[in-house]
Amino acid sequence: MSQSTSAASVHNSDQALKRLKARKSAESRFRFFGIGAIFAAVLMLGWLLNSIVGTGYTAFYQHYMTIDVELTESIVDPDGVRDPDELRKANFRKIMQEAIYARFPEVTDRKEKIALFKVISASGATDQARQMVYQNPSLVGETLTLSVPTSDDVDQLLKGYIDRNAPEARRKVTDQQIAWVDALKATGEIKSKFNWTFFTATDSRDPELAGIAGAVVGSLMALFVAFVVSVPVGVGAAVYLEEFAPQNRFTDFVEININNLAAVPSIVFGLLGLAVFLNFFGMPRSAPLVGGLVLALMTLPTIIIATRSALRAVSPSIVDGALSLGASHTQAVFHHKVPLAAPGILTGSIIGIAQALGETAPLLMIGMVAFVTEIPSTLTEPASALPVQIFLWSDSAERAWAERTSAAIIVLLTVLITMNAVAIFLRNKLERRW
Amino acid sequence: MMSLNTQSDEEPMARFKPVGEVINMSEKREETIAVQPKFQCRDVRVFYGDNEALHGIDIEVAKTGVTALIGPSGCGKSTFLRVFNRMNDTIPTARVTGEVLMDGENIYAKHVDPVLLRARVGMVFQKPNPFPKSIYDNVAYGPRIHGLATTNDELDAIVEKSLKRAGLWNEVKDRLKDPGTGLSGGQQQRLVIARAIAVNPEVILMDEPASALDPIATAKLEELIDELKEKYCIVIVTHSMAQAARVSQKTAFFHLGYLVEYDETQAIFTNPKDQRTQDYITGRTG
Ligand SMILES: Nc1ncnc2c1ncn2[C@@H]1O[C@H](COP(=O)(O)OP(=O)(O)OP(=O)(O)O)[C@@H](O)[C@H]1O
Ligand SMILES: [Mg+2]
Repeated sequence: MSQSTSAASVHNSDQALKRLKARKSAESRFRFFGIGAIFAAVLMLGWLLNSIVGTGYTAFYQHYMTIDVELTESIVDPDGVRDPDELRKANFRKIMQEAIYARFPEVTDRKEKIALFKVISASGATDQARQMVYQNPSLVGETLTLSVPTSDDVDQLLKGYIDRNAPEARRKVTDQQIAWVDALKATGEIKSKFNWTFFTATDSRDPELAGIAGAVVGSLMALFVAFVVSVPVGVGAAVYLEEFAPQNRFTDFVEININNLAAVPSIVFGLLGLAVFLNFFGMPRSAPLVGGLVLALMTLPTIIIATRSALRAVSPSIVDGALSLGASHTQAVFHHKVPLAAPGILTGSIIGIAQALGETAPLLMIGMVAFVTEIPSTLTEPASALPVQIFLWSDSAERAWAERTSAAIIVLLTVLITMNAVAIFLRNKLERRW
Repeated sequence: MMSLNTQSDEEPMARFKPVGEVINMSEKREETIAVQPKFQCRDVRVFYGDNEALHGIDIEVAKTGVTALIGPSGCGKSTFLRVFNRMNDTIPTARVTGEVLMDGENIYAKHVDPVLLRARVGMVFQKPNPFPKSIYDNVAYGPRIHGLATTNDELDAIVEKSLKRAGLWNEVKDRLKDPGTGLSGGQQQRLVIARAIAVNPEVILMDEPASALDPIATAKLEELIDELKEKYCIVIVTHSMAQAARVSQKTAFFHLGYLVEYDETQAIFTNPKDQRTQDYITGRTG
């Protein structure tokens, strides 16, 4: 009181300057914490991406061996009838063995021969030869030049993941195999190529033959079902709850439950799906249809909440304007409110669906965890899903699987980031600029 | 200053279909009882929850001309204005009792549809609120939902006529497809007036329509109100004594939810009967 005789003295006194200093340092402290938090978050994200990309990128290329294969008639078609179905059953393993022994005639020892055959992917090579002959029986007797995948151990060796200096007994490849591989590499018979197999093949017991196509198709089907079910239902429920539902205990109860559902762990939705869709309705196990329905259940609360907040963000003055012109409440909602909320609804839906794409637990519960070697073509066929595939592969200790696990994660993350980017793009594009 | 095209007034208007049967009845009645007021309010009370915001208002509003509602902030002017088009119905806590007769019919009667009523009683808000659509679509929205035009040409005619009446046609005729929200504040306010006129209402309610406008836009708006009062019953809420004096024929002074004084504008401003009216007028204009 005594010192506040003049306004200037209040704001110029030592105490005032002290207060100012304290305020400024509090502000800069806050800024420092903020920057620190962002830095920590970026660092962790960078670390995560670095470790995934660092392990995974090598799965996008693979080593193949060019080899001359003689389709000896006595082995492939001893009866000489050229029946494709009989040809398919022929001993192509022997054909491939002969082919690689022919490349190294100096190898005669039985054990050494077995080791030599292990340079190439046994099933990969035989399947390739088998397919070619099955499709074109006239090839029997000819000599083909094939590019067959090397075995996963050789591939890992050439990618530098196997320590050549380690004692031979603790290595997956012998000194002899290393020598053969190096010789083949030097002549250009073994080359690395882009690993199309990873994108076109389904799951396999052999890492060099395994791909994500089946899982991706399964995921896309499940997402399609989830989208078709959850968006109309979610948006409809949200519009009704927000605009038309009477305010009473029942709607309050529904609201609280929707908010709670958004926080329910996804595995619980999986159990629900198991109990309702499989056990009660008797739908097929492992089917993308059921997976999609479970994911739809899981996404519903997200979509409802996003839609309601988008509706609430529309300026009431627009609705008042429509009402004052004699529009009914329903007209005001559907002519003005919903279109203005559409960008927000869309963004919420895409983000909800993107979350569903990454869900594993509920799919495990309804059996979408099976080893499926065929690309599903209908919604009721057994299928896997990308996150489940990642889960399955991550279980295997071998280096070749670790690489593919990370590669599948890269694909999943790319799809997720793309979906989110599309959501942002659509929101910016659709949001009225006026 | 403004080019109001008034020659063709009656002819395109005749094409508008009357909204509901009530209009026809009222038009007939007009011939017999020419002096009947547009609105007769009897003991109108508005409650927000348990809180009574308006305490028994009795008032008559003339068929044409401008009635101004004035009074200190929070006295219930906006609340009372919303009584006339039942916009209070959209506020969940609000409740209206009493009788409001429009052309002799109680608009709060059970069988009256507030949606139809609002087509007859247009409203202009304090902040211009054009739809985030084109200028054309803003004006065409009302006629579209009420089916006032059967062909696109008819709709074009209604839009043009409404914009002309609102004194906006010359400014926007070359950019009807542009967003309505891209106009200036004053233009937006005239756009929403055109939007209201397009529905062919009998009454236009305005809640402080000039409070967000600069003096020039305000002058234009007042000029427009002056033109419109020949045909429409206009009720306007304003905080500007000068504006009330300029545009209105009748003025109602509200205080704490009571209608204190209601008289010819001339009389209110030159010779107020109530002390509170006098204080308010002199305090504000002082
Ligand atoms: N939606 C509402 N809910 C509850 N009370 C309200 C609501 N709207 C208005 N009121 C109350 O009703 C009374 C009258 O409000 P009203 O808006 O009609 O005043 P006004 O005269 O228009 O004031 P102003 O000149 O500031 O616009 C005020 O006491 C206000 O607090
Ligand atoms: Mg008000």
